Amino acid sequence: MSEIIIKNGFVFDPLQGIRGDKVDIAIKDGKIVETTALTNPKTIDAAGMTVMAGGVDIHSHVVGPKVNTGRLFRPEEKLFQNIKKTGSRMEMGTSIPSVYKTGYDYARMGYSYVNEAAMPPLHSPHVHEEIRDTPIIDISAMPVFGNNWFSLEYLKNNEIENNAAYTAWLLRATRGFGIKIVNPGGSEAWGWGLNCANIHEPVPYFDVTPAQIITGSIETNEYLGLPHSIHIHPNNLGNPGNYVDTLETLKLAEGYTAKNAFGRTQVMHLTHLQFHAYGGEGFNFESKVPEIMDYVNSHDNITVDIGQVTLDETTTMTADGPFEHHLRAVNNLKWANVDVELETAAGVVPFVYSANNKANAVQWAIGLEIGLLAKDPMRTYITTDHPNAGPFTRYPRVIKWLMSQAAREAQMDAFKHRDKVIDVTNIAGIDRELTLYEIAQMTRAGTAKALGIADMYGGLAPGMDADVAIYNLNAESMPSDAEEIEKAFSRCAYMLKDGIVAVKDGEIVAEPAKRTIWVDVKVPENAQVNRDIYEHFLKHYSLKLENYSLFEEHLHNPRVIEVNAAE
Amino acid sequence: MKTVTLTLNKQPELYLECNDITPDAFAGKTPAEIAAIEIWEGKQKIPLGDFFTVEGSAGATPAETKIVVAGDCTRVKRIGQQMTDGEIVIESDVDMYIGGWMKGGTIHVKGNADSFCGIGMEGGELIIDGDAGHHVGAAPRGEWRGMKGGVIRIGGNVGNDTATFINGGTIVIGGDADIHISTHGEGGTVIVKGNAKGRVGGQMVKGEIYVFGTIENPLPGFKKIETVERDVEGVQAQFDHFIGDLGERHPKSKGQPVYAHLYVKA
Ligand SMILES: [Zn+2]
Repeated sequence: MSEIIIKNGFVFDPLQGIRGDKVDIAIKDGKIVETTALTNPKTIDAAGMTVMAGGVDIHSHVVGPKVNTGRLFRPEEKLFQNIKKTGSRMEMGTSIPSVYKTGYDYARMGYSYVNEAAMPPLHSPHVHEEIRDTPIIDISAMPVFGNNWFSLEYLKNNEIENNAAYTAWLLRATRGFGIKIVNPGGSEAWGWGLNCANIHEPVPYFDVTPAQIITGSIETNEYLGLPHSIHIHPNNLGNPGNYVDTLETLKLAEGYTAKNAFGRTQVMHLTHLQFHAYGGEGFNFESKVPEIMDYVNSHDNITVDIGQVTLDETTTMTADGPFEHHLRAVNNLKWANVDVELETAAGVVPFVYSANNKANAVQWAIGLEIGLLAKDPMRTYITTDHPNAGPFTRYPRVIKWLMSQAAREAQMDAFKHRDKVIDVTNIAGIDRELTLYEIAQMTRAGTAKALGIADMYGGLAPGMDADVAIYNLNAESMPSDAEEIEKAFSRCAYMLKDGIVAVKDGEIVAEPAKRTIWVDVKVPENAQVNRDIYEHFLKHYSLKLENYSLFEEHLHNPRVIEVNAAE
Repeated sequence: MKTVTLTLNKQPELYLECNDITPDAFAGKTPAEIAAIEIWEGKQKIPLGDFFTVEGSAGATPAETKIVVAGDCTRVKRIGQQMTDGEIVIESDVDMYIGGWMKGGTIHVKGNADSFCGIGMEGGELIIDGDAGHHVGAAPRGEWRGMKGGVIRIGGNVGNDTATFINGGTIVIGGDADIHISTHGEGGTVIVKGNAKGRVGGQMVKGEIYVFGTIENPLPGFKKIETVERDVEGVQAQFDHFIGDLGERHPKSKGQPVYAHLYVKA
């Protein structure tokens, strides 16, 4: 394999503490190596440019049945727009791009890893088929647990070992990555047309509370020692006043410390915090970000991602069935909603976020406040909960807003209800502008650490995957026009995946092999759980146990992370 | 106004997709340049001149350009797509998507037009002397923001799904309409001078429909509230006035619920 040396660039690698120094990055056989290991390398001159590891997205909805439902029911997104062929396959779509466009667009932004945020276990074959067809980027997928009948029953009785054995079985059956929890208890209650009003209200017919589900899941996760922590979309998404539930949810992590061999330090990742930081009532909701970020900043066993509203037309999709049904009544657009047997639910509704809408503008401000009030950018990450708050292709715009107060002010001046928005948020009083180092923390180093994959992704130390993004930004004389920042992060100068140049001058030039990352956990043999699984499939599932687990041919180019919890 | 005459001189094996036969694409071009404009047959791009003889000349702007399309165009689609100004006359029957997404200008089809004519229309005038197929003036597939403005006049009958998701503009049908008129409508006016088959105004929340003949299967979601005298398209008559679709949401305006209105000649 060829050797490459990237010279003269400003390198930002928070995992090694490199803050814009001119460091040569050496690549051999797809890995980062010491420069002394090269004999006859090809040189990439990154003079005047910014060099970072490939981006690592901790939370995005890119593959699986609900994403595909969105693709199928929004043909209008492909009409007269975004249809092109520059890579080997056609690209189309906007908020829910085709699998090919998804891979290409992430690569063009310099990303090399995406964690799919919600895999319905029953439909894992579909998830893995789309992982296979999404080019270039490595993908992991988290099966959804928080409303699963097995888990609800084990956690009600505080049977952590049994829940752990079931979790290990399901991760293997679905080739999954970690424990995702969506609206704990609420999505199951939705099977009866109900929801859980707060984290202490028992799930109907199950007699277990969302709080018990959450703490039991933390204990399960740390008992197993998984690379990632529990990854939770808490109760009451989008409801004004929900910051109380969010704080109570975060407090459930108190007293727990991370037990794992992967360098992860948090026990709870709370996702798309923007949707969960609302005070007030009805349409008069307000930002409670300072209260929440004070808590997050002072508790280092918690990580969060933003879920930034980008003020675009998009397509919402979550396993939070009751929330999506509520959204349908807000905008009267087309909608899809399903219950997934014993496991989860899902809904899909198109949504138009507008700068002319006060509520949407307040959401915009709340998201940015989270990024700007974060004291530890290694624990606060940039996402748009793609495509829920906006398409992932807007990350460069979010970075622009976080890095430039002038850009934020320009957006605020374009709001129809500017003054009212400023009244109920804190954004106008924040003059912080994030640095390139902090952006690298929020988009690769921090996310890789939280996912427990920082030995392979998110950094540029020898031995790690040679996934590198080179951006056309001169770190020593940053552009005065913030639009240049957005432009540079949208279309990187180079993106290397496993040491192969995949993107040059913002266009796809090669499509290196992509991988599926999953976690295989060894647990002690557990006869009770084996019997429970057998019985539930016999009595309650619509298919047989033998047909449930992913068939090997569905798994594409796997990279398995092995965990031993049997000792 | 200058005129370009296109004459179809051979029949395509597949169908021709001619979305660039518009005053917008022709304006300012010489006949040779117009003949070089690419059209599609299946997956292949072909110069327009391979199928059409080009005579006359285009005006400097779309507004000053008239296009006459002669020959048997029953296998030609998408003429006038997204046009903003000027005039097109099609002398024969024509295939699907005529005047789709048009914003201005006039299209006159002297024969019949197949389905999807005038879909996603925003402005201008589309006149079909004969019959039209399905989805006349409807929203494009998946889109909930349908016809915004302009006028469509069909001399004969239309097929299913006329004016789906209509928001504005007017559609006048000289003959009969098959099922589904103004489904999900949120504005605009549809006038059926003949009979309507059924499912008229299903899930409609705003806008108007007039039926001069009968509705074979009226929807139970419409309720008669009065009989009124109306002047519609130059015809003075008594109409039974219904409101609906009562099975749908009813947004309020100034404290009053907003309904769709259906008028059927008494
Ligand atoms: Zn999500």
